Amino acid sequence: MSFPAQVLRFAEGLRAEGVAIGTSELNDAFAALGEVPWTAPVAFREALAATLAKSPEDRRVFDLVFERFFFRAAEGEALRQGVREASGEGECDSEKADGITGGERIDFDNLREQVLRAIREADEAAMRDLARLAIAAFGRRGQGSGVLGVDVQRIRRSLGLRSEPGGPVREDRAGPPPEPLTREQVRRFELHLRRELERAQIERTRALPPSRPLNELDRALPSGPLQDLAAVHRVVMQLKRRLATRGHETRGHRRHAHVDVRRTMRASLQTGGVPVELKYRPRRPRRPELYVLCDVSTSVTSASVFFLSVLHALHDSFRKMRSFVFVERISEVTNVFERERSFKAVSDAISKDAGVADVSGYTDYGRVWREFLEQVEDDLHPRATVIVLGDARTNGRDPAAHVFARVAERAGRTFWLNPEPRLYWNYGDSVIAAYERYCEAYECWTTRQLEDFVKALTRPAHSAG
Amino acid sequence: MGAASPQSAEDVAAGLRDAGYLAGDSTALVAYLAARLGKPILVEGPAGVGKTELAKAMSRYLDRRLVRLQCYEGLDEAKALYEWNYRKQLLRIQAEATGTGWDAVQDDIFGEEFLLARPLMQAIGSEEPVVLLIDEIDKTDQEFEAMLLELLSDFQITIPELGRIEARTHPVVLLTSNNSRELTEALKRRCLYLWLDYPAIEHELEIVRLHAPELPDTVARRLVEVIAMVRELDLKKPPSIAESIDWARALVLMGAEEITAEVFRSTLSIIVKHRTDLDTVAERVGVRLGAAA
Repeated sequence: MSFPAQVLRFAEGLRAEGVAIGTSELNDAFAALGEVPWTAPVAFREALAATLAKSPEDRRVFDLVFERFFFRAAEGEALRQGVREASGEGECDSEKADGITGGERIDFDNLREQVLRAIREADEAAMRDLARLAIAAFGRRGQGSGVLGVDVQRIRRSLGLRSEPGGPVREDRAGPPPEPLTREQVRRFELHLRRELERAQIERTRALPPSRPLNELDRALPSGPLQDLAAVHRVVMQLKRRLATRGHETRGHRRHAHVDVRRTMRASLQTGGVPVELKYRPRRPRRPELYVLCDVSTSVTSASVFFLSVLHALHDSFRKMRSFVFVERISEVTNVFERERSFKAVSDAISKDAGVADVSGYTDYGRVWREFLEQVEDDLHPRATVIVLGDARTNGRDPAAHVFARVAERAGRTFWLNPEPRLYWNYGDSVIAAYERYCEAYECWTTRQLEDFVKALTRPAHSAG
Repeated sequence: MGAASPQSAEDVAAGLRDAGYLAGDSTALVAYLAARLGKPILVEGPAGVGKTELAKAMSRYLDRRLVRLQCYEGLDEAKALYEWNYRKQLLRIQAEATGTGWDAVQDDIFGEEFLLARPLMQAIGSEEPVVLLIDEIDKTDQEFEAMLLELLSDFQITIPELGRIEARTHPVVLLTSNNSRELTEALKRRCLYLWLDYPAIEHELEIVRLHAPELPDTVARRLVEVIAMVRELDLKKPPSIAESIDWARALVLMGAEEITAEVFRSTLSIIVKHRTDLDTVAERVGVRLGAAA
């Protein structure tokens, strides 16, 4: 297969993983490839990455797909051309060539030392050889499980490779202790192990295994939350568009400051009535347009990661937005989201010092509404949208639906996203029915349901303010 | 005209090194591609990894003037592109109020003479090729990004009264972003993407050596190890490269022979800038240093 066709297929692979690649990106990629020697693997890869992957998330997916694609391409070609490692005894030969084994028994300690050294020196070639050796040694013990991931971890453990979560730090062991490996270093070795295991498997079966999409765990950034943040962000972008079609905001008008005629005229007296100095009206701070209240009590723990990622995504899209979290009382977290970009930092900040007054740990909706109304009553107006994320479980306290009604009345639209299946609504202490009269309630705890919610938004509102 | 256009990524790396910037492999390669393909570079990464510094080094290396546009919330065309010099226009009308036809005045007051060129305009209009740095693009709003698109893809600006102004020379454009919001696809599509992260230990060691050559090797190595250790902690603001360099220089001034727990504690404030972070670091790293020393 020709080279451009391979690159195109690689781009197809990226698209299948959700990286947005347009024709212009491909053009750039080919132009960039024309500038680098294609025999230099690093330059080749970086040139492709710079033109195709345009965010840290995309870059991560890119690396994974790159690894997989060109590995498969090479192996597939080898299969087609019938290239095999020097007969069936290939693995034994390579062991002897390395010379650290005495034939039958592989010295695990020796091997381990070598692996450690190779990892520290980041010697890719040595790592690859040692990975093969380790696999051979391991295979002889007859412990192969047949599942790649499991095997990789078993080999790693039997080699005693461990990463220190705190990075390269010294341990208080006797003698000059070797620096433990970082997670990244161990990961690199695991990569080689996995690749060599895969290669061996392909050799055995003489066929490429069917290509599978990346699994979610692999593609998420290491610090990423459980839910697919990117998916939530996409849906929220739609949400934004839907909400924007209502009550058009004319932000364009505000981009130029307006001349304050009265003050300009007054100033012009100094220059004989010629308005040399223009006075502008000061810009007023914009009013927030979206109010989101998010329940973070224990009864919705399972959904709170999802809720927070929705909040996070909303903050990315909406500039006019205020967000609150509540348990027993309410606390505004708009600042936290504005300050912190990384989702992990945000959720940590909220769980630690957002100052959620949490005396009993039970939600008190009545109090929440009263406090919310107190804080924002003057800002609420018919173009504002209020979204509540919560399960409406009052723990037997007064739901204060009339206060909620007042919130709903002052705001243009009010939505309730309930993480519980509709089946459980109004059972036990759930009082969603009391609130549902004043707002539109949706069952929502997955990205798909969030999408449904967004679709539902296009339907004309029954209670247009 | 500055240095000849670079012939390979190694050229760029060497050139940047002479300009006092140690570029990683991918940085040099992307810079090279940008120069060859004439595409802007979008540089993202945490604060203090040398995004802005890269632009400065590029301008030194290519021997071009650096035009910098610092973005902030509320930045508009008038501050970034051009503005009509209203007072001058007014004076002109005043001065010729009598005896001149309207047509003459109208033609005159919308000429280049009355145009106040802002950074983007300067970069486009410059006779000499320049390096244009659009710093912290993520601080502006999306409308501003949209305005940049014409400039970034075609290197031209349209002024309603004057028509299209095309770049006389091809500027090298760098955009930096701290990733505080997602940039639009349209902007990203026009750029080469470069993600700068904290450098690996060896790389940072070289950087520190370059900027503080008087520091003994053992201390320098220990320093970058400690910095790496501190970055692994969950801090509000992890120390940047600039801060490692500051620390290295401070150690040179103090004549420190080794980084002991003592020295570390007294200079901690150079690398850690948050009250809560100070405690975390003193607790986690200070103790380890004590044990090691």
